[in-house]
Amino acid sequence: MKKKSLLQQAAGAPYIVWAALFIIIPLFIVVYYAFTDKTGAFTMDNIASLADYKETFLISFEYAFIASLICLAISYPFAYIMSRKGPAAQRIMMMLVMLPMWMNLLIRTYSWMNILERNGIINNILENFGMEPLKMIGTPGAVIFGMIYNYIPYMIIPIYNVMSKIEPSLLEAAEDLGSGSLSKLRRVILPLSMPGVISGFTMVFVPSVSTFYISQKLGGGKVMLIGDAIERQMQTSYNYNLGASLSLVLMVVILVSMVILNRFAGDDDLLI
Amino acid sequence: MKKSLQNLFVAIIYIILYAPLLVMVFFSFNESRSTSVFTGFSFKWYAELFSSRDTMTALQNTLVLAITSAVIATLLGTAAAVYMYQIRNKVWKSTMKTVTNIPMMVPEIVTGVSMMLLFVFVGRLLGAANALSFWTLLIAHVTFNLPYVILNVLPKLNQTDPHLAEAAQDLGSTPLSAFFKVVLPAVIPGIISGFIMSFTMSLDDFVISYYTTGSDFQTLPLKIFAMTKKTVKPDMYALSSLIFLTVLVLLLIVNIGQIKQDRKNKN
Repeated sequence: MKKKSLLQQAAGAPYIVWAALFIIIPLFIVVYYAFTDKTGAFTMDNIASLADYKETFLISFEYAFIASLICLAISYPFAYIMSRKGPAAQRIMMMLVMLPMWMNLLIRTYSWMNILERNGIINNILENFGMEPLKMIGTPGAVIFGMIYNYIPYMIIPIYNVMSKIEPSLLEAAEDLGSGSLSKLRRVILPLSMPGVISGFTMVFVPSVSTFYISQKLGGGKVMLIGDAIERQMQTSYNYNLGASLSLVLMVVILVSMVILNRFAGDDDLLI
Repeated sequence: MKKSLQNLFVAIIYIILYAPLLVMVFFSFNESRSTSVFTGFSFKWYAELFSSRDTMTALQNTLVLAITSAVIATLLGTAAAVYMYQIRNKVWKSTMKTVTNIPMMVPEIVTGVSMMLLFVFVGRLLGAANALSFWTLLIAHVTFNLPYVILNVLPKLNQTDPHLAEAAQDLGSTPLSAFFKVVLPAVIPGIISGFIMSFTMSLDDFVISYYTTGSDFQTLPLKIFAMTKKTVKPDMYALSSLIFLTVLVLLLIVNIGQIKQDRKNKN
């Protein structure tokens, strides 16, 4: 028993070193870059210039929040319907939800651009019927749609996972005790599915708020999100210090809101 | 009535989910170079794809990277899971779990930027002109793959009976052979699904690769990104359809394996 322990201790060493070097230290490097200038001297300039990005931050959070809410509104009934089907149907429906996720996000988004753009598939069809073309690309709606489309499986899966674990006998008991379908939903299903809702919400919100490809393609260059601002600093302007301070704020805001959400959910299942 | 409304709702969601994939596969067979007007059926974009040296190099790069990073992550992650499984100190255990979760909680763009900055920083210390290369990309991929391996192996370890390994040792096994003969076979399914998940994550990754690769090493998602900056020809759709097919086959293998496992457990 004791000897085994020693062996297992040694098994952890490479991972501990790896995690320290490539998970922990990079986060500190971001802080270092955020508070220094190009020469490496301490400065608050990068943090001060974040004021210019107030609008960008607000829009990103607003769009991601709307997208997460709509995802929730669609996923909740969807997951409920799915969880009431037979076992084989559930398995197939689940696989069909997950499959599109395995297609590269860039392609799915580009494909939507083909469908929605000025000379795209929808407008071609409309013109065949003699109707006016619609302007879709370049609107906030298109960007929010892109977020919903790409990340909705992340909402459906956790909600379905908790709903499929609700015992049917529990619902029958509620009925026997005189619950109508509305009170069954409010007093049994809703509270029991809360952990799934919360993890689904974070799993949609985090990638939505930090995206840059969706806004580039479906926003038609007219919508700038926080991800676009970071990308521009890192890959075009080569202002790593400003890029780092933008990333730092994004990370801190997300981590703080996740801690609050988890406390609110009263569940630490998220951590394994 | 209620049932048919439900079915309609489900059908609409699936149609939207699959619309861009259908568009992609459909237009990959287009005769002209348009990706929104279909003029006729042809395989020419597939032919063009295979004759493009650039694309083939990117494909090869992607596979080399995905296999290498998945192998390293699986070895490191399995060892890490074995270690984390036996930690008794609660604070240390939850610290390890939290650290493991960081790459999954932090937005991808932040992970990418933070690793890029680390490499640039170290590169500057070493006086290297170009800090980013295949190796930095590999490190980044191993790092974001590690949690998937650990999260697949650790639960399997938790399911095994700790007395089994002890019994093997009581019967004269060394701790090492007890591990390989008793513990490992029980967690093999977790290791395999961790490996496959890592492999597909790596195959599909764009954001983190975008920040951590050198200019001389391009993977398929990076190539797709570069291609979509301009107007895209159907060859990119052909390429994507092929990637999709590959992932589909991999997923089916995993699922069939799982169904078999389920049946075995039932019997």
